[in-house]
Amino acid sequence: MKTWLWHHVDALRTTLARLLRTPVATLLNVSVIGVALALPVGLYVAVVNLQGLTRSLGSDPQLSVFLALDAGSADAKRIAARLQQHPTVREARYVPRDEALKELKSSTGLADVVDSLPANPLPDAFVVTPRDTTPAALEKLRDEVRGWPKVTHVQLDAEWARRLEAGLRAALLAVSLLATVFAFALVAVTFNTIRLQILTRREEIEVSKLIGATDSFIRRPFLYYGALQGLAGGLAAWAIIAAGIYILNGALADLSRLYAAQIELRHLSPEDSGSLLAFSAALGWFGSWLSVNRHLAAIEPR
Amino acid sequence: MISFSRVTKRYPGGLEALRGVTLTIDAGEMVFVTGPSGAGKSTALKLMAAIERPTTGSVVVSGQNVGALRPRAVPFLRRKLGLIFQDQKLLFDRSAFDNVMLPLAVTGFERREAARRVRAALDKVGLLAKEKVHPVRLSGGEQQRLAIARAIVHRPAILLADEPTGNLDAAYAAGIGELFRSFNQVGVTVVIATHDASFAARMKPRMIVLKEGRVAAA
Repeated sequence: MKTWLWHHVDALRTTLARLLRTPVATLLNVSVIGVALALPVGLYVAVVNLQGLTRSLGSDPQLSVFLALDAGSADAKRIAARLQQHPTVREARYVPRDEALKELKSSTGLADVVDSLPANPLPDAFVVTPRDTTPAALEKLRDEVRGWPKVTHVQLDAEWARRLEAGLRAALLAVSLLATVFAFALVAVTFNTIRLQILTRREEIEVSKLIGATDSFIRRPFLYYGALQGLAGGLAAWAIIAAGIYILNGALADLSRLYAAQIELRHLSPEDSGSLLAFSAALGWFGSWLSVNRHLAAIEPR
Repeated sequence: MISFSRVTKRYPGGLEALRGVTLTIDAGEMVFVTGPSGAGKSTALKLMAAIERPTTGSVVVSGQNVGALRPRAVPFLRRKLGLIFQDQKLLFDRSAFDNVMLPLAVTGFERREAARRVRAALDKVGLLAKEKVHPVRLSGGEQQRLAIARAIVHRPAILLADEPTGNLDAAYAAGIGELFRSFNQVGVTVVIATHDASFAARMKPRMIVLKEGRVAAA
């Protein structure tokens, strides 16, 4: 057990030394892998951020029911009662026109504009949360309420958010396809690096075999090399995306000040970061495993 | 310790290096395998180290039938052997110390004990002062002694040397011969293949003479 552990520690140390002995080649390989991984992962980050945005805007579908401007409080009460008794309505929240104006003033940067208005242009409204959120049920409810007296307009909220989310699901699929392609690239890069390594270490491998090294002993540093290189590439991809987000957030800060909203890109979650690193290390390991199995058998002492 | 029984080795292309060789080398013996170039000396040593496999017949080394050895078992046979080659097969990207460390590294020897043994082996061949030197900067004779240090550092039961004095002058060869004798005196079975007749004659060991792949005298 101790010997086994020692073998691994030793292999890891030799491998690190090898990586550091050729810093330029190592840096180039790591950059290639980093850039290749940053592309699909960057897209993934973009999609996840957009998804977060649509969620925060509420993808729970709601109906906004706007009353006529001349509707009085009696009309509003009557409609409220009708909505609350409706079998498919779970909740109906009354938004009086004055409150709506106040909200508009405080939540957007439009206080000056609102103040300059001669009269409140907003109607009374209800925000209706239906029991059944299937598109067909929503449309049926919308068409029904639209026909009521003193109701001028019924808006299906969050429909665009749902559409966007469906689009984002398709985008996620595209990201995984892209990730697959670049995973192949990572394996290929590692395969080739290890092939060159084996060729330059031909003598060492031959001598090791002659003095009684097992195949796994010879294979180990190459596998470590591939895994470490993959891991470093994963870290590089992570750093590239972190830098990209940092720069974009700087630009977005201005934008969010203008829109009085909190718009900020978020980096990969710790879980996703962990998966990225584990995935890139595993692919590097796999690439070198393929390469070692293919090329090591050819070196036998004669 | 080592026994050949009707061993024939035919290389691809039809060359027959050994033809029905039968011989036995006992534990603790020191044996010279001699004969002209192409007589099959190197092939005989390669068969003992499982570098080659017999075409027919059987080669048994320390109780193991080399011809029937699974590839996975080969490294463990080789750990019982010390191999010395005419071209030394030293690694030029590391120091003398690290070259000698190699056989202990592959078995996962404890670091401090390994370093102690490496220095003992270097001391034995008279290279202790040059442990940090890279093989490139050693003379031919020193390189050969470094190769010997690497072959004995893991204290093998059998030492196999192929033309160990190949490119060395007579005085140097005699020194290396004495080195082999000292290993033999502590119980190591030593097999040396050489075409250097004067070197062999001086040592007065048991001789196995090969000629055209057959045992001419044993």
